[in-house]
Amino acid sequence: MKYLDEYRDGRVARKIVDEIRRVQTKPWVIMEVCGGQTHSIVKNGIDYLLPEGVELVHGPGCPVCVTPLEMIDKAHAIARRPDVIFCSFGDMLRVPGSDGDLFTIKSEGGDVRVVYSPLDCLKIARANSGKQVVFFAIGFETTAPANAMLAWRAKQERVRNISLLVSHVLVPPALAAILQSPQNRVQGFLGPGHVCAVMGYEEYEPISAHFHVPIVITGFEPLDILQGTLMTIRQLETERAEVENEYSRILNREGNKAAQKLVFQVFEIADRKWRGIGMIPKSGYRLRPEFSEHDAEKLFDVAEIDTREPEICISGQILRGIKKPKDCPAFGTQCTPQHPLGATMVSAEGACAAYYAYGRHLKKEEVDVPVHSLGGAA
Amino acid sequence: MNQLDHATTAPGEEHDTRAEAATGPLFGSCPLPIFEHKNIVLGHGSGGKLTAELISKIFLPAFANPILDKLDDQAVLDINGTRLAFTTDGFVVTPIFFPGGDIGRLAVNGTVNDLAMSGARPLYLSAAFILEEGLPAQDLQRVVESMGAAAREAGVQLVTGDTKVVNRGKGDQIFITTTGIGVIERPVHISANRARPGDKIILSGYIGDHGMAIMSQRENLEFEGAIESDCAPLHGLVAAMLDACVEAASDHPMHCLRDPTRGGVATTLNEIASQSKVGLLIREPLVPVRESVKGACEILGLDPLYVANEGKLLAIVAAESADAVLQHMRAHPLGQDAQIIGEAVSEHPGMVRMETAVGGSRILDVMFGEQLPRIC
Repeated sequence: MKYLDEYRDGRVARKIVDEIRRVQTKPWVIMEVCGGQTHSIVKNGIDYLLPEGVELVHGPGCPVCVTPLEMIDKAHAIARRPDVIFCSFGDMLRVPGSDGDLFTIKSEGGDVRVVYSPLDCLKIARANSGKQVVFFAIGFETTAPANAMLAWRAKQERVRNISLLVSHVLVPPALAAILQSPQNRVQGFLGPGHVCAVMGYEEYEPISAHFHVPIVITGFEPLDILQGTLMTIRQLETERAEVENEYSRILNREGNKAAQKLVFQVFEIADRKWRGIGMIPKSGYRLRPEFSEHDAEKLFDVAEIDTREPEICISGQILRGIKKPKDCPAFGTQCTPQHPLGATMVSAEGACAAYYAYGRHLKKEEVDVPVHSLGGAA
Repeated sequence: MNQLDHATTAPGEEHDTRAEAATGPLFGSCPLPIFEHKNIVLGHGSGGKLTAELISKIFLPAFANPILDKLDDQAVLDINGTRLAFTTDGFVVTPIFFPGGDIGRLAVNGTVNDLAMSGARPLYLSAAFILEEGLPAQDLQRVVESMGAAAREAGVQLVTGDTKVVNRGKGDQIFITTTGIGVIERPVHISANRARPGDKIILSGYIGDHGMAIMSQRENLEFEGAIESDCAPLHGLVAAMLDACVEAASDHPMHCLRDPTRGGVATTLNEIASQSKVGLLIREPLVPVRESVKGACEILGLDPLYVANEGKLLAIVAAESADAVLQHMRAHPLGQDAQIIGEAVSEHPGMVRMETAVGGSRILDVMFGEQLPRIC
């Protein structure tokens, strides 16, 4: 595969960092919206490269993290049924509900399967006509077209034993909610590259204008993130507030019109509860009434499940950029990926889990040895 | 104390207290943290933290003895002055035939390699077969012939065995367990607890080939350029490496040897760091990963450092012998792409740190359970 190393080139990275140092005169707080960006930042140690005064805070764009606990409990109630084959994206399997995770349900005899594409469910449904195949349709706008395609094809091709448990959320309402908060610290955003590949970025322009905040739609490779940070700081330093596109090799302002059309044929805008944040009006999708025969929540009568979220966990503040994982006394001690206590520890893309996986729970002095200390072994 | 110490050796009491604290009044209403599994989950077989927990909580207390407690990939037994290496391994791979190998070849080479990592010359193997009712006899024949060929290639003999058949649905085509015995003829004392600050870390070639070959076959993923398993017997390469070592009477320069199978290079490095109580530091650009493997991992959201290998080894070698060992490796067909990828350091004992390609730094932790593909 080409175009990986090109975006991880250390020499180019240093040049961009030098340029950031040159243009930056004041401290700035910038939020990367996506979990994928958070993951890339800690995996590549990008925050260590940035000059002091440029603070990256981690946004709400981790689909697994923001899926509310009650939705997880609904999924588990359905997955436990003997007449169900429960299909999910891989990283949803380890997310604990009120009683165990999908791996546990699988070990107890539940038929839980990981799919790479929602459309794999069609094949599974046709091969298992006596069972109901339920797909856990979660995620942001990025996964919406593929999830919508499953519902659309199931209806079109009359595959009646397919249903979707939908918990879809949208980025723009979450950004507005963050900016409206009186505790908000965020001065600029690295916008969600994959989300905008589907939706375009027109809908971010009113947010940028209204709150006077720069939004730079940014990719996921180290050089993307550094370049997006540089573009955001340039705007901040010159008091501009625009939507700019760092990820122009992938997306444009309009986005993918065909995908958008499909999404709106299948889904309609709905209020959604976000794990760690709470209810945000018009912040998600639900299936349109004409797809109700494929709506797992209706088929399985789980609408009554209502789980209270833990109040002590600070993941809500982390998802809004108010606090960082290390600000939590439980981080890395009581709360680890093995024993997650809250939203941001449950998925690899969650800020706390990413910090943990890459050793950020360790004391600084334990790991703070000079970089570039290796001999020339190449 | 860091989490790695008890992750690979004894994730015992401290975790218990944490689990209690986690369910105590402070976090009373939180989702139930999964600590004690009522049943075995797949992650218990991943080679990560869950496997370590299983070993320390269930197996070690029952079997405890000084040889097992070393937790090396093989036991080294001194019998009347002859040093024998002894090991066993179970193979449950699906699919049973994959690009670059099959379960039979894997079962021979896996055990041969576990012996080789002690510096032993592998001699004899046993094989136990658990067959599922309905397995095509032709498939069995193909697997067994492949085992024969692999054994001849490795210079070992299969001298005893056993066969059982289970009802359809009670197994998955074929499970093979091989046990091996070898003789250690050189004055080596290779163990995961012998890494010292200053030692060089040598990797014998491209990583992640086996795991991604299986994964792409299993998931029917087609990538540009087929990825083939690297399944190979490594004792010849080990012999070449030991030939290169300047043998000092008190300290043989070959300190640790491990084949980074399940859990990959990152997991193996963590085991060494933890057991040797040293820090390990590697540089990302020096770790050889094929473009095809890198691409496949990227698509699936996996990290090649945690993907299984079946024909690679990691060596921790005293600095003064490292270049000679590397030269000998590169002269061997299975070590042509060998690289010094880093070194052992006195800082951050028990931990593995990586300098990233862009010049940042991160800790390579032990995997918790299965590597899971990410959503987006």
